[in-house]
Amino acid sequence: MVKALKRYLNTFLLYELVKGLMVTGRHLFARKITIQYPEERTPMSPRFRGLHALRRYPNGEERCIACKLCEAVCPAGAITIESAQRADGTRRTTRYDIDLFKCIYCGFCEESCPVDSIVETRIFEFHFENRGEHIITKEQLLAVGDKYEKQLAADRAADAKYR
Amino acid sequence: MSANPKDIKTPPASDTVTIEVDGRKLSARKGQMLIEVTDASGIYIPRFCYHNKLSVAANCRMCLVDVEKAPKPLPACATPVADGMVVRTHSDRARTAQKSTMEFLLINHPLDCPVCDQGGECELQDLALGYGKDVSRYAEAKRIVKDKDIGPLIATDMTRCIHCTRCVRFGQEVAGVMEFGGLGRGEHTEIRTFLDRSVDSELSGNVIDLCPVGALTSKPFRYTARPWELEDHASISPHDCVGANINVQARRGQVMRVLPRDNEAVNECWIADRDRFSYEALNGEDRLRVPMIRRGTKWEETDWTTALEYTVSGLKKVLLSHGPESVGALASPISTLEEFYLLQKLMRALGSGNVDHRLRQTDFSDDAAAPLFPSLGRPLVELEHLDGALLIGANPRKDQPLVNLRLRKSVQKGARVFAVNPVDYDFSFKLAGELIAGPAQMVRALAGVARALSALRKVEFPAAFAGYFRDVKPGAMEQAMAEGLSRTTNASVLLGSFALSHPQAASLRTLAQFIADACGARLGQLADANGAGAWLAGGVPHRGVAGKPAIAGRTARDMLHNPLKAYLLLGLEPELDCLDGAAASTAMRAAEFVVMLTTFKPSPYRTRAVEYADVWLPLAPFTETDGTFVNAEGRRQEFAAAVAPLADSRPGWKMLRMLGGLLGLPGFEQGGVDDVRREIDLPDVGPAATPFPYVIHDPKNDVTPAAGQLMRLAETPIYAVDPIVRRAAALQKTADNPPPAARMNAAQAEKLGFEPGNNVQLVTPQGVVRLELVVDARVPEGCVLVPAGYPETVMLGAHGPVTVRAAS
Repeated sequence: MVKALKRYLNTFLLYELVKGLMVTGRHLFARKITIQYPEERTPMSPRFRGLHALRRYPNGEERCIACKLCEAVCPAGAITIESAQRADGTRRTTRYDIDLFKCIYCGFCEESCPVDSIVETRIFEFHFENRGEHIITKEQLLAVGDKYEKQLAADRAADAKYR
Repeated sequence: MSANPKDIKTPPASDTVTIEVDGRKLSARKGQMLIEVTDASGIYIPRFCYHNKLSVAANCRMCLVDVEKAPKPLPACATPVADGMVVRTHSDRARTAQKSTMEFLLINHPLDCPVCDQGGECELQDLALGYGKDVSRYAEAKRIVKDKDIGPLIATDMTRCIHCTRCVRFGQEVAGVMEFGGLGRGEHTEIRTFLDRSVDSELSGNVIDLCPVGALTSKPFRYTARPWELEDHASISPHDCVGANINVQARRGQVMRVLPRDNEAVNECWIADRDRFSYEALNGEDRLRVPMIRRGTKWEETDWTTALEYTVSGLKKVLLSHGPESVGALASPISTLEEFYLLQKLMRALGSGNVDHRLRQTDFSDDAAAPLFPSLGRPLVELEHLDGALLIGANPRKDQPLVNLRLRKSVQKGARVFAVNPVDYDFSFKLAGELIAGPAQMVRALAGVARALSALRKVEFPAAFAGYFRDVKPGAMEQAMAEGLSRTTNASVLLGSFALSHPQAASLRTLAQFIADACGARLGQLADANGAGAWLAGGVPHRGVAGKPAIAGRTARDMLHNPLKAYLLLGLEPELDCLDGAAASTAMRAAEFVVMLTTFKPSPYRTRAVEYADVWLPLAPFTETDGTFVNAEGRRQEFAAAVAPLADSRPGWKMLRMLGGLLGLPGFEQGGVDDVRREIDLPDVGPAATPFPYVIHDPKNDVTPAAGQLMRLAETPIYAVDPIVRRAAALQKTADNPPPAARMNAAQAEKLGFEPGNNVQLVTPQGVVRLELVVDARVPEGCVLVPAGYPETVMLGAHGPVTVRAAS
């Protein structure tokens, strides 16, 4: 009886509406979290997992040794590696392709890499204009690595004690 | 080899003891090692140095187990079982001992798994997961061993070596050539070859499988793939008459490597280097990818329809103008049973019996009464329980490496093996006696043995065959051989590839059969590759499937010496696969129409096919086709394609079926390879020991060099036997494949006035060849050894007289 009366009153006094508007009102005066992308950016974690890159050592030598652990661990089967012996006798990749459509950006490749070669950068805004461009090659990956090496090295250093 | 369970004779019941392992009661034979018993019952004990085909070294200490009442943990591989023994493989004491061993092993082992080729199939890596510690306590410098270059097949990273000595024991005990050895002591121990020599054994690749770590890895495979990426495909090796069971490992439709597949009855766990590394050719640049047609002097790529129509119209033209007898088919012995069958069916449906695979045989006079197929005369396994053997014109080590392994085991158990050879070949065991006779003297030498044996055993040679014994007087060696053989009770007489290609092969077979009969031995032949399959499928001119009568035709030699109008070539390069390459070249050039079903694009360097062939149809090799190989013991081994045919190539059986259909012949409607197999419907043959007929010595075939001439020995070396092997890059770089040269002994060279390294000209009626002279003590007086199967020596033809003179 009391319950029914309460519901009747609430309905009549538009209680739900007022309750909802209170939320709106609270947010009207609260600090805004919306940002004006792309002019404004949210802060990013050093562990952000975006577009991939292959890194080099400071002396310019590519880090990747073609151990193929990333290829093996990749849950989406996005990585394709072919390897061979380079003229100097070292083990190197002759092909390192990542299919960005297959990739789920889980970061396992980065985690499995024994030489910190394959990494995920902070780049998340990229697009393709032609069919087939979603498969990025070793050269492209190395170029990304070269371009963002400073950031990549800083991110890895920041995260070093947790790894 | 005391630990080998196969060496221990089945014991009486009283020899059985009962032991307890991890609470399970196991019964074992007295004298067995603990690890054999646990392996047999599925209890795993970690190990590195123990291998069931090798002797016990007990030097890795990984298999330490806890034995009750023993003061210390004992190595399971070197502890014989005793009645009532109580063993714990996982007790604290055992685990501690195993973990400590692992810690010591890892002290000097580099942590380079990511770049190591063994990664993913490494016994040390696997066991380190179970028995290793997370963190190393070892902070001192690690031992570093300089790498050696031990040849084109095996890559070394000796820093990774854990000194299990499996490779050393393999060389000593199985291969019979000690190529690896342990030098130095303690920390300075190194496994290396003596004086940094290369490893040249024909079985050397097996140490790659044996090595539990990444110290010895495959050089051609180096850094190309990881074991987890590879799919296993069971297959059969086509290169010799053993039919070794192999695992073809492929990735993304490409053959990456070949490993042995265990089969105790055939190859145990070993394969020859030829089986292991020949795959390299299959990924080579010179594979024929699309059908090609010759228009004038230019070769054009074309599609299958055009190529097949062109082939059919070309064949029909010859058939119409010259009749079916003017068409001949030659098949490489590495073809499959199904291919041989359809090829002969095609030819016989056309009305011609001209089909043959015996490209290196020169004497066919005993064909009519020959057994069903060239058999070993007994199962392969029995070859290791012989008490004597006579090898005739055989170099089993290089021609049939896995047969040689079995023979060697017999010798180790005391068998006396004799040889009558044209060249003093290297053997991996000690021969009890050896006769070196050039081709012209070989029949006489063998007749000497036969005569001595007939006198000893009081067995008369049939009077009609007395021609063999005319003024033959057995010498001391012949006598010794006869005496040795007459004492055997379980012996084999084996005809090797040289005997089979000998101009008097039928005589050799007759004498061999007589010797076998006289001492109760079995006669066996070591034929080329799938030769047994060819005989059974009717790939011979005088018989159909399984020896049934069929339209007869000309033999391979006849087809080459009396050129036909059209040839159908299945998987061969005429110049290199036929012993008489010069005749093959001439015959092909004289023909109006030559169809080549070929895996590889004929290159002008190897063959003149660019000039004489009319069509090339890309043929899928054994890894890309379903098929059957029959080995020398009559074992029929079917296999499936490991990968899809490259580009536009097609399996041989499909091509032949298409050709048959397009030629309007009935019976070429098989839907799949199973239909072909059902149609062949071979009876189970087994290693039939049907005796050879005695044939009368035919002096027409005698080859005797004139005064001033030498006898040319045409031997086909191990890595020149078939088109696949000839293109396997790493095999071609081995010591078994030296550049072709004219080899003669020092006395002969001196008599002719040559110095080693001189260039000499060899002249035969067919052509002139210029080669370097190499002094080789193995070659007998009056002979010059020139390999066949090389483009440089094609013009010399087969065995025969040759004039050697200084090259101007």
